[in-house]
Amino acid sequence: MSETTTDNTNFRWIGKRPVRHDGVDKVTGRAQYGADFTLPGMLYGKALRSDCAHGIIKSIDTSAARALDGVKDVITGADLPEVSSEGQIEGEAPASVRDTAHNVIARRKVHYHGHTVAAVAATSPSVAEEALKLIKVEIEALPVVLDVMEACSPDAPLIEEHQHTNGDTGSPPSNIASTNTFEDGDLEKGFEAADVIVEHEFDSGTVHQGYIETHACMAEAKENGEITLWVSSQGHFSIRDATAQVLAIEPSRIKAIAAEIGGGFGGKTTVYLEPLAVLMAQRTGQPVKMVMSRDEVFRGTGPAPGSHTRIRMGATSDGRITAVDCDLWFEAGGYPGSAVGAAMMALIAPYEVQNFRIVGYDVLVNKPKSHAYRAPGAPNAAHASEVVIDEICEQIGMDPLEFRLKNAAKKGTKAPYGPVFPEIGMVETVQAAIDHPHYQAPLGANQGRGVASGFWMNGGGDATAHLSVLPDGKVTLVTGRPDIGGSRAGHAMVAAEELQIDVDDVRPSIGDTDSIGYNGVTGGSSTAYSAAVAVYEAAHKLIADAKRRAAEIWEVKADDVEWRDGAAHLKAGVNGTEAPLSLADLAGKASQTGGPLAADAAVNAKGAAPALGTHICDVEVDPDTGKVDVIRYTVVQDAGRALHKSYVEGQMQGGAVQGIGWALNEEYLFDDNGVMENAGFLDYRMPVALDLPMIDTVVVEVPNPRHPYGIRGVGENAIVQPLAAVANAIYDAVGVRLYEVPMSPPKVLKALQDAKATRNVAANGNGAAAQPAREPEPVTAR
Amino acid sequence: MPESITISVTVNSRRYERAVEPRTLLIHFLRDALGLTGSHVGCETSLCGACTVLVDGAATKACTLLAAQADGRAVTTIEGLAQDGALHPVQEQLWHHHGVQCGYCTSGMVLAAVALLEREPSPTDAQIRAGLKGNLCRCTGYANIVDAVHAAAAALAAR
Repeated sequence: MSETTTDNTNFRWIGKRPVRHDGVDKVTGRAQYGADFTLPGMLYGKALRSDCAHGIIKSIDTSAARALDGVKDVITGADLPEVSSEGQIEGEAPASVRDTAHNVIARRKVHYHGHTVAAVAATSPSVAEEALKLIKVEIEALPVVLDVMEACSPDAPLIEEHQHTNGDTGSPPSNIASTNTFEDGDLEKGFEAADVIVEHEFDSGTVHQGYIETHACMAEAKENGEITLWVSSQGHFSIRDATAQVLAIEPSRIKAIAAEIGGGFGGKTTVYLEPLAVLMAQRTGQPVKMVMSRDEVFRGTGPAPGSHTRIRMGATSDGRITAVDCDLWFEAGGYPGSAVGAAMMALIAPYEVQNFRIVGYDVLVNKPKSHAYRAPGAPNAAHASEVVIDEICEQIGMDPLEFRLKNAAKKGTKAPYGPVFPEIGMVETVQAAIDHPHYQAPLGANQGRGVASGFWMNGGGDATAHLSVLPDGKVTLVTGRPDIGGSRAGHAMVAAEELQIDVDDVRPSIGDTDSIGYNGVTGGSSTAYSAAVAVYEAAHKLIADAKRRAAEIWEVKADDVEWRDGAAHLKAGVNGTEAPLSLADLAGKASQTGGPLAADAAVNAKGAAPALGTHICDVEVDPDTGKVDVIRYTVVQDAGRALHKSYVEGQMQGGAVQGIGWALNEEYLFDDNGVMENAGFLDYRMPVALDLPMIDTVVVEVPNPRHPYGIRGVGENAIVQPLAAVANAIYDAVGVRLYEVPMSPPKVLKALQDAKATRNVAANGNGAAAQPAREPEPVTAR
Repeated sequence: MPESITISVTVNSRRYERAVEPRTLLIHFLRDALGLTGSHVGCETSLCGACTVLVDGAATKACTLLAAQADGRAVTTIEGLAQDGALHPVQEQLWHHHGVQCGYCTSGMVLAAVALLEREPSPTDAQIRAGLKGNLCRCTGYANIVDAVHAAAAALAAR
């Protein structure tokens, strides 16, 4: 691990590595996750999921299920209100209320295999499951479309019969929900100026966020209409609002309590079970708990969209990108709203490109409704752009990091999506990668090295913080964005930094929706950033109040008091001998000086600044099996200013490993009827410890000038690069280019065999073969 | 409703006699009957390792065993690992080496590591990675977990 800092400001806590406040709860099993709550009389809810991937619901007969002993309620889509398509559900992946409601439980049609069609509440999980088997659902099957390009064809089965692209009713109905274009400059002139043009098509499979905790919630409805919802999510405020919107009730009726969350990665920013649990709790008068199985998580919750990308890039022989022309087709799943927009934004954002045209298509297919997954869309996009760059570098004979340095976007560069970049760290991360010993380290037989850069825009948004001084001078800190990877500790560090106290003297917690103001979701790499702004402001309000109280006690002017080392001091030069007043002293005199010592801040944190990162990946390819092992990996990323350095590194490592899984193993496999064939961790293979080397990290710090400490979001960027970095490393190792992820052993082996066949043809014919692959070297026993 | 059977299991040094349905998995017995929710469920197919406990000292995925199969045996869950108010070194070091992000895999990871260090008191990186290959962590990329296990091995050796 290493770090490159461009600013030497001295901090008490920022950038340090204190142990987390919730650590003991996490290592002793005390932390309560979504499924860990129980109430007397609680019922167990289960969802019945469609066994048909596309069809019209003709009838649902629930009578036998209702008659089963222990069954307290059975609901279908008909029991939920019809809601308008006008409203939007906010969160990391905004969607219409109607689509979200229909995704929660199907109404007239099922859009994918695994779509919920009914739900049961019963006295035990086994009775609930038994009841599901007694529900008779008659569905008239319709043709299924799974491939994103087939879905675009005019004669494809229509998933939404009345959907017109971009709402243009003048055009025929289409599975293409929307299309959008970013363009600038003169594409034709750009390609004319190019000495080399590379064009390819890329594919990515559908992948899942893979959080280990499945979705879970518990709902209680009181006689006066008030509802309490315990929920594992990335934003209990937005879950409250979405649940209320789907059920057409006022959000004020729901108090949502944030459970600890066992991973989310974007996937826990929308509702699936919550409206069903609330509705059944209302109808039965008993609390209802719902917990998904792993199978349900795969079949019923938002994966990251699979995609097809065509990209054409031109460059001069001295390594300047002259033009980029790209089309991205993204699988939205059963309802509109893939991450194609973010993919378009991220595609070439690391570079200064004058002439470009980027077109995105959001396309319905009969798969689960896609949802946000860490830097949504950006990995698919960077897969295409970063591999094509690698090929250009090879053709013009330029080091791929030098090429990136030469084309790097910097302060003042206009982003492809419009705004002009503030300070960003593209140059700094590429330079740190060039300077890293990894980049020059020797490689062995069948080993290769690839690099890739990536962009993520980062978010900010609403955050509220509350600070309150305890009788002994310690401080409670309440914020309202669920802590998914250590943000509680990070925000306690902000409070401790400003109050100039020990970080362990801050007690951070996540408040429920009734006990603190609104907070956005823990998503978009926004939480460390935006809540830190709220905590910072609350701390300064508290300090100002503490100084005022000290001045009152000392009978001096407030300006004569300064805050230092967690206490009010008389400023140097002011007459007087009063001893400093600590937070404990002031808390003891609180009633006499204006009441309890507490402060709040509610902010909309603007000024989030993008994160850039560059990865170096070494692989070893087994030419006999096509298996690829990542043998060394370095993540270089601009964190602006690392709030908690270990958690910044942890995000970089975790993101890279998810990207490596995506690159090499992970993908949904469907049969022709749209039934997922690998809905479990056995066949949906996520990386285990044994699959990986230690992921090295370099934290670069180019401070964000619009944040008190310079923080940038860090959570998402590191998943953007691995798809291309691994692909480029495989090429470097064995001389074959793969344009489809995952690059699983059969695909790598086939590419090697195809290359060998091409070589043989070339050797036997008259040598017209284009780019022969290198002969892999035999594997020696290790 | 299937007939219930009575089992006697020692969990965290305390003996429990309970009537259970024969099909009850050990993980559900621990969580639902005994209220020990520190062992987590991630897959119920013995692949994620979030439910790992010690059964007679051996790391065991509690979703692979029926509660009835634990009859007469001794189970240690995450709730029973700290002794006399002090964390086990594996717990302490996972915390101190930031081997915890969301914490959901942590209970199982801790018990798998405890069993690993019983077998192999001073493991290499490769032995740690092999020893924890049955426990999925989606957050950390495993680096800090491996560091933590090394630190715990050192702490145990120094005892």
